Amino acid sequence: MSLLSLQNLSTAPWGATLLENINFDLDAGRILGVVGPNGAGKTSLLNTLVGDISLQHGSLQLAGKPLKNWPRRELARNMAYLPQLSLLNFPYTVEEVILLGRSPHDTGSVVDREVMEEVLQLTDTAQLRGRLYTKLSGGEKQRVQLARIFAQIWQADSLQGKLLLLDEPTAALDIQHQQSTAAAIRNLADRGCAIVVVIHDFNAVSALADDVIVLDKGRQVAHGIPRDVFTEELFKCTFNADVVIGTHPYRDQPQIIPR
Amino acid sequence: MDGLLRTLQGDASSQSAVIVGQLRLPRILLAAVMGATLGMSGAAMQGLFRNPLADPSLIGVTAGASLGAALVIVMGSTALQGYVGLTLVSVGAFIGGVIAVLFVYRLASSGNGTSVATMLLAGIAITALAGALGSLLEFFADNEMLRRISLWKMGGLDGANYPRLFVASTVTAAVLIALPRYASALNALLLGESEARHLGIDVDRVKIALIIWVAIGVGTSVAMVGTIAFVGLVVPHIVRMLIGPNHISLLPASALAGAILLLIADTLSRTLIAPTELPVGIITAIIGVPFFISLLRNRHHYGMQG
Repeated sequence: MSLLSLQNLSTAPWGATLLENINFDLDAGRILGVVGPNGAGKTSLLNTLVGDISLQHGSLQLAGKPLKNWPRRELARNMAYLPQLSLLNFPYTVEEVILLGRSPHDTGSVVDREVMEEVLQLTDTAQLRGRLYTKLSGGEKQRVQLARIFAQIWQADSLQGKLLLLDEPTAALDIQHQQSTAAAIRNLADRGCAIVVVIHDFNAVSALADDVIVLDKGRQVAHGIPRDVFTEELFKCTFNADVVIGTHPYRDQPQIIPR
Repeated sequence: MDGLLRTLQGDASSQSAVIVGQLRLPRILLAAVMGATLGMSGAAMQGLFRNPLADPSLIGVTAGASLGAALVIVMGSTALQGYVGLTLVSVGAFIGGVIAVLFVYRLASSGNGTSVATMLLAGIAITALAGALGSLLEFFADNEMLRRISLWKMGGLDGANYPRLFVASTVTAAVLIALPRYASALNALLLGESEARHLGIDVDRVKIALIIWVAIGVGTSVAMVGTIAFVGLVVPHIVRMLIGPNHISLLPASALAGAILLLIADTLSRTLIAPTELPVGIITAIIGVPFFISLLRNRHHYGMQG
């Protein structure tokens, strides 16, 4: 059984249709990349998956259970969402922000601090731990928020059955941290976590994602492995862009290069 | 001091013991409990609005209470004097405050929940409306009424007595027990409403509960001691500078600091130009405003933005 399952999913929260007839399954341990032009519905898809936008048609199931049937706190322990933008403007320390991710858990402060140590290492934020969140740079804030999201679904033995939704997790990061963050996301997937990630950089998607879904005007126009989905024709039709599809010199990954 | 000791020893015969027991003691305690309510309510509102410059009066409670009080003073005319009059004015203020909050809350609520930003704007609108209606009442009021309205608005603890203290203490106890139960939720709310929801918090229920408790607490305080400016704004702000924004410690510390600040302000109001008393709202504003302006100008030094 797939961890996440969408069938004929449509949403129209403010009258006009945002998403129409979305279908995919995502298994534990897999990473799904979501791409599409601006306004295609990528963030709306994440908002729907996290339960902020209600369904008009179709079904949305997490671990075989409709999302709306999940108790709040139990859902929060199994699914976490990294938004594009953070509103936090109170002077919490980095440690306090990360520990907020543990608020759906009743594991006690000893376990919570152990979890914090692990996610501090994973996101390369250990040296920021005592700093005030409000005084960090944009990229540092993003890594701290990522650490908070990791802490929210973390458990020591396995992340089987957990789901992460990430909206542009690498957008504000330098190249070193783009790579370390991608490695951290892969690390979580290897522990059994399923991940849906929106990224604008196609080469980053083909390096990171097992599968990719392409959205255009709220519709799903392609779904498959990056090698099959990323074609010159797709870029012409969906993105109105002229590109050449090459191959990564060392890995079997498609590389998208502007013509 | 001597009088206080004698009162505590049960010797209520001497003159100073009567003054302490019947006038000073209820007044000091009333200042402390109302300061505690204002301080903690302010901290809760700033967390709910995710704005360190928010104040309980933003949700319309102060303006509504002022209108309620003015209405009773004008309608009741001179027939309402003394103890009964004072109590009726308080009841009017409490009802006015709660009605204003309910209005603001209704305006900001839709099928999709309650928008905190809309609530701020609705609070401004209701405050303006209540202010206009209050001015209208004052326009038709006679000199005696005008003086009572304006004195009431300045705030004061000179009406303190044991029945008032009993009501104020009961409400304060309830608020001081109720609000800290939402400390973790408030911590998560600082991340943003959606983020708090994603952390498994029933955000709409928390919002309603916080607004109701703050309306009851601040409504009671306005009813008992009039509008006291800046305690709900400045106290949580100072406390946050000292111990950080974690509501688990911020809420009780703000209550304590609010009690202390209002006690000091009331002592000053009694002694500065004794035997005449200054309204305590003037003192809190005169202490509070310069302090607040310095906070505004220096907020980047301690990591506060926005």
